[in-house]
Amino acid sequence: MSAHDMKSAVPSKASSLPRPKPPRKLKAILTGLIVLLLLAGSAIKTESSFSELFTGLPNMLDLIKEMFPPRWSYFDDITGAMLETIRMAIVGTTLGAIFAIPIALLCASNLNTIKWLSYPVRFVLNLIRTIPDLLLAALFVAIFGLGPLPGIFALTIFSLGLIGKLTYEALETIDRGPLEAMTAVGSTPMQRIIYSVVPQIQAHFMSYVLYTFEINVRAAAVLGLVGAGGIGHYYEVTLGFLEYDKTCTIILFTLAIVLFIDWMSTRLREKLL
Amino acid sequence: MSHPHASWEHRVKKPPVKKSRWIIAGLLAVVYIWAFSGVPLNGFKETALQVTKAIASGIFSPDWDYVYLPDGEDLLRGLLDTLAISILSTFISAVLCVPFAFWAASNMSEWGITSKTGKIILSVIRTFPEIVMAILFIKAVGPGSFAGVLALGLHSIGMLGKLFAEEIEQIDCGPTEALIATGANRIQILWYAVIPQVLPGFLSYTLYRFEINVRSATILGVIGAGGIGTPLIFALSTRNWDRVGIILLGIIIMITLIDLLSGAIRKKLV
Repeated sequence: MSAHDMKSAVPSKASSLPRPKPPRKLKAILTGLIVLLLLAGSAIKTESSFSELFTGLPNMLDLIKEMFPPRWSYFDDITGAMLETIRMAIVGTTLGAIFAIPIALLCASNLNTIKWLSYPVRFVLNLIRTIPDLLLAALFVAIFGLGPLPGIFALTIFSLGLIGKLTYEALETIDRGPLEAMTAVGSTPMQRIIYSVVPQIQAHFMSYVLYTFEINVRAAAVLGLVGAGGIGHYYEVTLGFLEYDKTCTIILFTLAIVLFIDWMSTRLREKLL
Repeated sequence: MSHPHASWEHRVKKPPVKKSRWIIAGLLAVVYIWAFSGVPLNGFKETALQVTKAIASGIFSPDWDYVYLPDGEDLLRGLLDTLAISILSTFISAVLCVPFAFWAASNMSEWGITSKTGKIILSVIRTFPEIVMAILFIKAVGPGSFAGVLALGLHSIGMLGKLFAEEIEQIDCGPTEALIATGANRIQILWYAVIPQVLPGFLSYTLYRFEINVRSATILGVIGAGGIGTPLIFALSTRNWDRVGIILLGIIIMITLIDLLSGAIRKKLV
C-alpha cells in the first residue's frame, strides 16, 4: 500500500506508462472458497470436533501409558506370524511380477501395435489399481476362507496392477534401435523381446519389484485384520483382551522389520539403477 | 576348433560371471524355497467357485436400490462419508507436515543431524500402518469417521513430509540470497523466496496423497472407522452379494473419477 501511495504522490512520466496488471485474484479467491466449503462440509459429515479430540486425548494417553513397557516375551509367540507375513509378501510379489510381464508387454504401445488388444488390457489394469489391497483381501477371504492364501492372492493382484503399470510405462520409453536392428536381421518377436527388450528393461523391472515388495510387506502386516493371514490377526487378539503391552510389541516388531526391509531394498535399488 | 571357419565365438569371449552373482542367486533360491514351501495349498473352501460366481453375478446385477435409500445408510452416503474423511485428513496432514518438511530438508538447517532426525521421524510415522493408528484413535474418540480422519491425517504426515522435504531441497538458492542481500528477515525470505517456489509442488503432492487417502478411507470402515468399508464388510459377512457388487462398483467409479480429476489438476499445476 505504501509503495502505491508513494508512486501516486510523485507525478512523473513513469506513472503514465502502462503498468503490468497484477494477476487476477478472483481465481485464487474462488479456489480458496471451494476448498473451505469442502473442508467445512467434510468436518460436518465426519462429525469432527476439537472438543471431542481434547476430551478423547486423555483416553489415548492412558492407552499409550498402558502400552509401555512392551511385553518382550511376546516376541516368541508372534515370530511365526511375522515370518508368515514376510512369506506372503514374497510369494504375492513374485506371482504378481510374473503375471505382470505379459500384461506389460501387451500394454506397451511400441511393442504391441494391435490397439483392440492393448486398450482393454490397459483398462483392466487401471481397474485393478483402483481397488485397495485390504478390500481385495476381504473379498478373497469371503471366497477362499480364512488363512494366508486369500492374503497372497490379494497381494498378487495388487502387485500385478502396480508392477504392470510401472513396467509398461518403462517399456514405452526404451530405445528403438536394437529392436529395429533385430527386425532387420529377421528375428522372431520372441527373440526381439529376449535380446533387445529384456536387457533394456530388466534393471527397471527389478527395481519396481523391490519397490512393490516394500509396499507389500506393509500391506501384509495388516491383512490379518480381515482374516487374510499374517501378523495383523494378532492386533485383534491382543486389543480384544485389552493387552496393550502385547500390541505394542507387535507394533514395534513390525516397525523394525519394515524399516529393515525398506533399508535393504533401497540399497539394492540404488545398486541396480 | 581346427576348422578354418571357426566361428567368432572362439575369439570373442563372454565376460566371466561374477562370483557374487552366484552367491546372490543361491541366497535368493533359499529364500524362495522357504517362502513357497510354506504356502498352504489345501486351504481352499469347496464353496470357493460358487462364491466367486455369486460375487461376479452380484457385480453384473447390482442391488441398484441401495444407491439411494431415503432413510439410513446407503451407498451415496457411505461414499460421501469416505470422501469427507479423505478431504479432511489430507488437509490436516498437508498443514501439519510443513514444519516437519522444513525440519527434514537438508538445505534448511545448518547441521546435518537436524535433517537426519527429521527424516527418521517421518520414516517412522510412514511405517506405522494407518489402520493400526485408526484402531488406537477409535479407543480415544470412539468408533466413527472422526477416528478415521485423525488416523489418516497423522499417517499421511509421513509421506507428505518426505515429499515436501524433497521439494524444498530442490529449490533455487538465488532468490533467497538476493533477499538476504537486501536485508530481509527470515519470515520475509520464507514468504517471498521459498514459498513461491515450493507451492506448486506442495499442492501437487497434496492432491496425489488425496488420491491415496481416498483408497485408504474406503478400507477404514473394516475396523469401524467410518466410510463405505463398514457396509461392505457387513454385506460380505451376511453374504449379500448383490450389495457387495454395487458397493464395489461405487468404490471403483468414485476412485476412477477422483484420479481423473486430480490428475488433470496436477498436470495444470506443474
